[in-house]
Amino acid sequence: MSEIIHADHHDDHAHGPAKGILRWLYTTNHKDIGTLYLWFSLAMFFIGGAMALVIRTELFQPGLQFIEPAFFNQMTTNHGLIMVFGAIMPAFVGLANWLIPMQVGAPDMALPRMNNLSFWILPFAFSMMISTLFMEGGGPNFGWTFYAPLSTTYAPDSVTYFIFAVHLMGASSIMGSINIIATILNMRAPGMTLMKMPMFVWTWLITAYLLIAVMPVLAGAVTMMLFDIHFNTSFFNAAGGGDPVMFQHIFWFFGHPEVYIMILPAFGIVSHIIPTFARKRLFGYTSMVYAVASIAFLSFIVWAHHMFTVGMPLAGQLFFMYSTMLIAVPTGVKVFNWIATMWRGSMTFETPMLFAIAFVVLFTIGGLSGIMLAITPADYQYHDTYFVVAHFHYVLVPGALFSIIAAVYFWIPKWTGKMYDESLGKLHFWLSFIGVNVTFFPQHFSGLAGMPRRIPDYALQFADFNMISSIGAFIFGFSQLFFLYVLIKTIRSGKPAVGRAWEGAKGLEWVLPSPAPYHSFTYPPEVTDKESYA
Amino acid sequence: MSSSTELDNSTYYVPEQGWYPVFLAFGLMLLVTGLAGFLNDIKNGSAGGWTQSIIGFLVVSFVLYSWFSKVVEENAAGMNNATLKKSYVWGMGWFIFSEVMFFAAFFGALFYVRALVVPWLGGEGDKGIIGDYLWPAFESTWPVVANPNAELFINPGESMASPGVTNWGAYLPFYNTVILLTSSVTIHFAHDAIKAENRKKLIGWLAVTVVLGIIFLILQVEEYIHAYAVLGLTLDSGIYGSTFFLLTGFHGFHVTMGTFIIFVQLIRAIKGHFTANDCFGFESASWYWHFVDVVWVGLFIFVYVL
Repeated sequence: MSEIIHADHHDDHAHGPAKGILRWLYTTNHKDIGTLYLWFSLAMFFIGGAMALVIRTELFQPGLQFIEPAFFNQMTTNHGLIMVFGAIMPAFVGLANWLIPMQVGAPDMALPRMNNLSFWILPFAFSMMISTLFMEGGGPNFGWTFYAPLSTTYAPDSVTYFIFAVHLMGASSIMGSINIIATILNMRAPGMTLMKMPMFVWTWLITAYLLIAVMPVLAGAVTMMLFDIHFNTSFFNAAGGGDPVMFQHIFWFFGHPEVYIMILPAFGIVSHIIPTFARKRLFGYTSMVYAVASIAFLSFIVWAHHMFTVGMPLAGQLFFMYSTMLIAVPTGVKVFNWIATMWRGSMTFETPMLFAIAFVVLFTIGGLSGIMLAITPADYQYHDTYFVVAHFHYVLVPGALFSIIAAVYFWIPKWTGKMYDESLGKLHFWLSFIGVNVTFFPQHFSGLAGMPRRIPDYALQFADFNMISSIGAFIFGFSQLFFLYVLIKTIRSGKPAVGRAWEGAKGLEWVLPSPAPYHSFTYPPEVTDKESYA
Repeated sequence: MSSSTELDNSTYYVPEQGWYPVFLAFGLMLLVTGLAGFLNDIKNGSAGGWTQSIIGFLVVSFVLYSWFSKVVEENAAGMNNATLKKSYVWGMGWFIFSEVMFFAAFFGALFYVRALVVPWLGGEGDKGIIGDYLWPAFESTWPVVANPNAELFINPGESMASPGVTNWGAYLPFYNTVILLTSSVTIHFAHDAIKAENRKKLIGWLAVTVVLGIIFLILQVEEYIHAYAVLGLTLDSGIYGSTFFLLTGFHGFHVTMGTFIIFVQLIRAIKGHFTANDCFGFESASWYWHFVDVVWVGLFIFVYVL
């Protein structure tokens, strides 16, 4: 309907999408680009997931059974890089593309052509990165954190391609973030003040700020690597007056905000889903906003807690220990608010709600193991063990990933105009929930007992936990193929969904019909209290 | 904060589909994979080929030219409403912030090395014991003119450090500072000229700015030649050379870009594109130029003087 109104104004360029592949190559539409991002991230998720299953296959039993240690290293490295930069981040950007213009009442993103560029850089960058696996000397094998000198002096030749791929991904993220900030700050409907913005919009505003602040630092780090490798500079070489530990400082100055980049939008998603199915307003909206802002601020001053064992001065260890523990305060506020939102609500447990509740519980487990890791003297025991692997997988898989899956179930009626099959969705949830816990919970124990990460073999004492973990990984992995089936079934033959697909849902996106029109809002909508979560 | 009255969605311009972005991404990939292949060939002792990088560069240049021409054309046709113009302003502002953070990485490396790494290697401070074991003969000084391992990283003969304020008369970076600061003033005069709708003045001050940018670059090249040929200060002469050349080199690259961008604005001024209220292209170029100028002041203080 809105397309027709639009066409009256600009009949030369406001027609619907072109047909065929060119629609996707040339598009400037936020929904098309969001869709591209989401499918791309799903593809990367399966590639990265396949690598994880290679790892878990090798670790099913002690000893070397299936792959060479050198290839194992390439798998751990590429699994991490692909999941972080290829699956989680693009999925959140895809959600931002789909949702932010609708949620702030705008027709599209602020800079639509640059939006398309941000997306199309990614397939090229990831082709480059994945192609390194087939190069002479193998692909990157130094872990996703690519510490020097493993990534400089002792790196395979393909590291040069990896460096440029990281440059491209960084450029894509920066442009995407600039677009999101411009959209949020500049294109909100009249009456939508900052403190009336939906939580997903707030969390993305802060995430985009973090991205613009730290992606250039990552670019600087890989640039120094490039020069150390090819021009014999000595940034990370003590023989020339540099320091390999400096690499870790620069990397984690990027890396710690980066891990919050992967969780803040998840906070936003959960803050939409829980009020909807508890049929209550979000408890403590204002404190939620300030908590996200505090977490973002703290993320800049905690980076060296990843490096307690490299030999830092005591003052540094103490500072980074206490500043890290501070993060538990705003995070605790958020968890408290989500629970308070559910308190005495009229709750129902549709699939998005199940994933959201699982998020709150399991993310909290990951957060608590994070506090354990923050204690410097204890970290000497946990460092570089499977305890760390368990910790960050708890915040990333049932954390970030569950929130993305929850978002897909929650908003897919708006995107496609069709409803998913509730019992299939619930089945997917329970398979994922069981799979993820069976995979990662035992890793806490093997880690505490001293099993090192990133090693293809292990002592016999860890055999049972690893076998359980591998079985869980296969359950989890294959239940995501089932997710793909649920998605395709929804798109092809889901029951039609109404505009407000969930009776408890609020926000401007639910005012629009399902599926949402090609250009979201042709005229600025009215922002009423009724549609506000705040 | 957006003022609600300016948001007028009924005239909001969503650009039609376009080929620029996907071809730009393709060109970038050609450029960087070509470059990576070239660097690896050189490293492994064979002659590297430039062809693919050059094709990639040409694709990128052509797309950028077409894309920017299109944007200028759309603006001239009155398709850009106030909201979109504001989005451009936000976009440029945050882009400059990302550039600030890029330089912050290199400045951070410089500070970390100077404040901690070099003293530790010289046996001072909390972790000095490491340096005592590794290279007991190494003395902590800045600039580092004697590297811990002088066989791997050949010592520079001399550094670029300031010879003291009284000797600045013969100190090239001082002249570069004066030139760049002056150019920030001249581009400000150009801005005043736009606001006064005085095209002749605008063209004049823009031309002066471009010339100053070029002079700066020539002097910078001169300095590099001097460093390599006379001082023995090179990229591979240890941490001083590494930080010096990467900081000044990336700054020089940004001056090159900035000069080119201002040159484009000069051409647009000659064509009469700008009015007092519609000169985003010029304004963003001048913000960029001021940013490059501020970075130089940081460089002059922390790389050359202190």
